[in-house]
Amino acid sequence: MKIPMKYIIRNFRTRRLTTMITVFGIALVVFVFAAVLMMAYGIQRTLVATGSPDNVLVARKAANGEISSIILRNDYNTVLTLPHIAKDPNSQPLVSGETVVIINIYKKAGGLSNVTVRGVAPQAFTIRPQVKIVEGRQFTTGAREVIVGASVAKNFVNTAVGEKITFGGDTWTIVGRFDAGSGFNSEIWGDNDQLQAAFRRQGGYSTVTFKLDQSDAFSSFKAAFDREPRLQQFEPKKEQRFFEEQSEDMALFIRILGIFITIIFSFGATIGAMITMYAAVANRTVEVGTMRALGFRRRSILTAFLTESLTISLIGGLIGLVFASFLQFFSISTLNFSSFSELEFSFALSPSIIIWSLFFTLMMGFLGGFLPAVRASRLNIVNALRSA
Amino acid sequence: MRILKLILKNSLRHKLRTFLTILGMSIAVMAFGVLRTVVEMWYEGVEAAAPNRLITRHAVSFIFPLPYSYREQIAKVPGIETVSFANWFGGTYIDKNKFFARMAVDPETIFDVYPEFIIDAKELETFKRERNSCIVGYEIAKQYGFKIGDIIPLDGDIYPGKWEFVVRGIYKPRTQSTDATQMLFHFSAVDERMKVEMPGREGLIGWYIVKIKDPNQAGTISDQIDALYKNSSNATKTETERAFTQSFISGLNSLLAAMNFVSFVIIGIIMLVLGNTMIMSARERIQEYAVLKTLGFSGGHLIGLILGESLVISAFGAGLGLFLTYPVVATIAAIVPKGFFPYFFITPTTLILSATSALSIGLLASIFPIQRAIGTKIVDGLRHIG
Repeated sequence: MKIPMKYIIRNFRTRRLTTMITVFGIALVVFVFAAVLMMAYGIQRTLVATGSPDNVLVARKAANGEISSIILRNDYNTVLTLPHIAKDPNSQPLVSGETVVIINIYKKAGGLSNVTVRGVAPQAFTIRPQVKIVEGRQFTTGAREVIVGASVAKNFVNTAVGEKITFGGDTWTIVGRFDAGSGFNSEIWGDNDQLQAAFRRQGGYSTVTFKLDQSDAFSSFKAAFDREPRLQQFEPKKEQRFFEEQSEDMALFIRILGIFITIIFSFGATIGAMITMYAAVANRTVEVGTMRALGFRRRSILTAFLTESLTISLIGGLIGLVFASFLQFFSISTLNFSSFSELEFSFALSPSIIIWSLFFTLMMGFLGGFLPAVRASRLNIVNALRSA
Repeated sequence: MRILKLILKNSLRHKLRTFLTILGMSIAVMAFGVLRTVVEMWYEGVEAAAPNRLITRHAVSFIFPLPYSYREQIAKVPGIETVSFANWFGGTYIDKNKFFARMAVDPETIFDVYPEFIIDAKELETFKRERNSCIVGYEIAKQYGFKIGDIIPLDGDIYPGKWEFVVRGIYKPRTQSTDATQMLFHFSAVDERMKVEMPGREGLIGWYIVKIKDPNQAGTISDQIDALYKNSSNATKTETERAFTQSFISGLNSLLAAMNFVSFVIIGIIMLVLGNTMIMSARERIQEYAVLKTLGFSGGHLIGLILGESLVISAFGAGLGLFLTYPVVATIAAIVPKGFFPYFFITPTTLILSATSALSIGLLASIFPIQRAIGTKIVDGLRHIG
């Protein structure tokens, strides 16, 4: 015979404070667990969204990021001779040779930080249609003008539309603010020729990005690329893949550290649950004896106590998850190890994070509740009834 | 003395519960210690910075190079002992995961400005003489098995092409916070090749390392150096090594803040575990407290009993936790590649912080039970059923 759920719920009310403390402890653990995974996923999602599926980015093989990649003009021209590069209606290739550098700007929160400045060709806006001007206007080709990403304008001083910033021995006017909903939001964009001149980088580009003429042409492009002896030092990657790799170091660091910490202190929470459940069993010895005398089986007692523990942990886990999901409204800006510049991203929740958190929650409940439940089910009827 | 015995007896009444509480606390204290160590290691570079070293870099950002010709001009500024320089070479050794710092440096002066890199005089002589040689830090030599005479191949990115350097020395760290994970080789070897292969990129270095005679002069000397190039297209920014390192970390502030936050959440969890145990014990003993009060024991005695028990448990938990922190930190230090975290050790600050927070938790966890014990009237206490 099953012990009614009502009995289990009533018990929470009897030992309100202890139950609340245990629920709160589990909620904290799950909150941190989910928050850490959400942070790592947020970085990844932001950077994956930076690339477009049809674009290919060429960089130097040995380079860890765009800033340390160099593609000389000759090599750039060689890339242009390869097949599968999309053309615009005027048969101009849809390609953007880009110069990527880092400049220091003061953050509103205080302190200097690194901001990526990307010199782009006019085609860059055709191959990356997600980049939209939300305030002001596009920069004029040939002028010392730049546009800033939404996150830059939000986090750095003197970066509003209409202001001027000085770098590369020149003063640049900010004429627009753009939103790409991705890692580009943490960048400043300008005319490549102007930026190359200012930074004396006329010899070449950092990376080359172009659009494929067909979505599935990447492998045949790569085959042609690999056959070209002059391009052995370079490597084409799908743009999305390239930027995803830029997130890997950071995401890995956060995940490993976070999971290590949460697993360790989930032990703490499990032990907390165990203490609570042992106390619950000890306090209810007579009750358990009575139930056994009434004819409830050992298995029912075990199930009842285990259900109680799982319910406590599930409530805690859900509370933790609800609070963690509010984190989605927050974004943080930090230095990305791979690009060595500031990147703003928001916490992002995914179904797999929810599933993992709940799994983790039930694990804590199960591990914490199992031994006490076994003890309860093993109580000897006579001794239990006598124990008061 | 008696009361102490009672405290110990009390804490052993529920052996399993006390054991679990101590275990839970010690694991949490250990987690706290490990997390603090990770945070502290970021700042260790700042702490280890020498006060008599200045770093002069390009004003726009550190990725832009400075002309080599600045060296002599900087050396003329009064109060300067040695001007050396370094250049971030980057590149890849075998694959990108095998990361460590590779620098093109001035072999004549680099070990003068970094006295904490200990190098054998003979090895240094050979290094100075042979242009294709390099010196590697003790930690990476250990990790990758580099021996004197080995050739280290590098695939260049900032300096494109294949490069090879012969190991001619291994430097040792002077203190545990000295970075022994760098690979140092001749700037001239890199520069010569740039002159031939990428004209226009020769004669450019990453940053100057300026050793000054009097650390108190750091501000004045920095201003004097920067004034030299104020109106040039390669303006400089000079700051103490400490400030320079600090600026690297400031970008990670929000991440470090998150880790700090988590470490305090851990403290919260420890408190919940201990608090829970104390509340349970107090609830079970309300009758006893009433009996004690009837016998004439004062509130002070009850406070001593409960607080004492809480402190005893937290002291054991903290002790065991700190004891566990050492092997865990050592394991992490052994697993994480040295190139990413040059050093990983427990600082005294971490120890003190762990111990004090564990003890203050012992204090806090007893407040609620004490309140209950004292607030309950004798009659209610005697009538109470567990």
